[in-house]
Amino acid sequence: MTTTPATAGATVAPVRLPARGLRQDLRAAKMVCQRELIRYSRDRARMVSALVQPVLWLFVLGTGLSPVISRGAAAGGVDFRTFLFPGVLAMSLLFTAAFSGVSIVWDREFGFLREMLVAPVRRSAIIVGKAFGGATVATIQSLVMLALAGLVHVPYSPSLLLQLAGLLFLAAFTITAFGIMLSARLRQIQTIMPMMQMVMAPMMFLSGALFPLSNLPTWLQVLTRLNPLTYAVDPMRAVVFQHLHLSQAAQHALRPGVTWGGWPVPTALEVLLLAVMSVAMLTVAILRFDHTE
Amino acid sequence: MEARTADATSAAAPATGAAISVRGLVKHYGEVEAVRGVDFDVAEGETFGFLGPNGAGKSTTIKILCTLARPTAGAARVGGHDVVAARDDVRRSIGLVFQDTTLDDYLTGEQNLRFHAELYAVPKAAVPERLHEVLELVGLWERRGDLVQTFSGGMKRRLEIARGLLHSPRVLFLDEPTVGLDPQTRASIWKYLDELRRREDITVFLTTHYMDEAEHCDRIAIIDAGRIVALGTPDELKAEVGKDRVQIHTDDDQAAIAALRGRFEIEAAVHEGAVTFAVADGEQFVPRLFAELGIPIRSVNVARPTLDDVFLAHTGTTIRDAEASTMDRARLSRMARAVRR
Repeated sequence: MTTTPATAGATVAPVRLPARGLRQDLRAAKMVCQRELIRYSRDRARMVSALVQPVLWLFVLGTGLSPVISRGAAAGGVDFRTFLFPGVLAMSLLFTAAFSGVSIVWDREFGFLREMLVAPVRRSAIIVGKAFGGATVATIQSLVMLALAGLVHVPYSPSLLLQLAGLLFLAAFTITAFGIMLSARLRQIQTIMPMMQMVMAPMMFLSGALFPLSNLPTWLQVLTRLNPLTYAVDPMRAVVFQHLHLSQAAQHALRPGVTWGGWPVPTALEVLLLAVMSVAMLTVAILRFDHTE
Repeated sequence: MEARTADATSAAAPATGAAISVRGLVKHYGEVEAVRGVDFDVAEGETFGFLGPNGAGKSTTIKILCTLARPTAGAARVGGHDVVAARDDVRRSIGLVFQDTTLDDYLTGEQNLRFHAELYAVPKAAVPERLHEVLELVGLWERRGDLVQTFSGGMKRRLEIARGLLHSPRVLFLDEPTVGLDPQTRASIWKYLDELRRREDITVFLTTHYMDEAEHCDRIAIIDAGRIVALGTPDELKAEVGKDRVQIHTDDDQAAIAALRGRFEIEAAVHEGAVTFAVADGEQFVPRLFAELGIPIRSVNVARPTLDDVFLAHTGTTIRDAEASTMDRARLSRMARAVRR
């Protein structure tokens, strides 16, 4: 280290900080969000590896099962991969968003969380910023999958793409909030990976991403209705099907819709439910997140 | 203790004029009493050091002053604000450099600082100039665009110091600012810190277990087992000890200790592998020692009082021995935990 402190240097007037208010908290949240984007943009490996799984599901499993399933009478000639597409979008989002959420454990392990928690801002500002950042990253990631729509006979209609992007962001926000909530009190990286496996795989299988949620035994029905991801997959499939010309029978067989005790839940309510869940989970995360000893 | 003599009436409530004022501070973690009643004041512009072995309560005190831990009892004010009642005001008026790095390795040096500026709501117009100023102060302006993961340990520490200064805090807290760095890098960090004190109107509070670093401070408090055992300028503390430190190597240390007691009425003990004792005018004492001890002496070393002697005089052990025994305790408890699993 040969550099020496510059000796001349006219001194700048000391900085005066404003009192804390909503504007300051928003500034902090925006920066926390921006940091997620910067880190994501530097992590090429993460971008690529997050694409591998959904591509495998869609083009390997989807293609393999397609002849068996599409020939079935109920499918009404719909390509299985077209059915699978909204599910795979949700899956691509699930892993990236959940990982973004639990990355708060890494922040803790590597000390950066401390830098955030000693700042004169509300912890809610930090957590909301983290959730928006994680959701944005996951949405960008799933937009890459969305670009493949044409390959599975989903039309590139602007209204469809816009609605899907909106739903993807909302779902990503909910899953990120879920991840933050899970990791708010976790202090060890070792515990997070097994926990993710334990939670993510059932969420994926019980969401209707891979098969229609009809004719299931009651216990499975109940589990799928408790899964937040269910309320993300169903609206996305609804939007996709609106832009296809399907027979009434095929629509009904492939997208039975979510029912509560026989009552069909309207798509708008599902979307609202997602929003409510994300706010609730973020609130729990903020409350669980302690920063003093 | 000197800290309290300044104003006897202020013993109960912390002084408001001082940069830091602490009264009767106590912190328990379950059964463990980490801090057991600490009082001191730090004046504006002063560099104040907390010196003690690991586990003496230094980091706990700093955590309370930085609002990261709540005191079990007592009160503290930093920059005129109460650390419990006015947490955000305290946070706005302090800069922090922790023992462990709290930088984001995936961001550049400048991005780490910008993140900090946004979190502390530094006025946007003031950011570029201030950023330049603090980065230049620690000699990292040229490296601002590099990822922090490419920085050496010393550079990271300097970047953290720059970041801690970015929002012009009144008090900069440095928890073991040079721990884990090689001696050369430690010296360079101190060069920057001395420059900082010259240039900025700031109070510095630091903890260290290096004696030589405590010498950089205007005043130091020696803390042992959760209590302040001595407080003053380094020179005052050394003058208080008054005696020189003599260390001798003999073939029979126990016999030498007994002889010192019998013939010279001097209490000696083995520290750092040598028979160690304090005596006034050590150099004049050595010839008498050789003549009258009656036990062959292989080597002798006389030293003017150091802070180590101050520590020894007040705690009955050297800081290195105290450190070793804490480490032994930590190792034993780790082993016990491992066995239980």
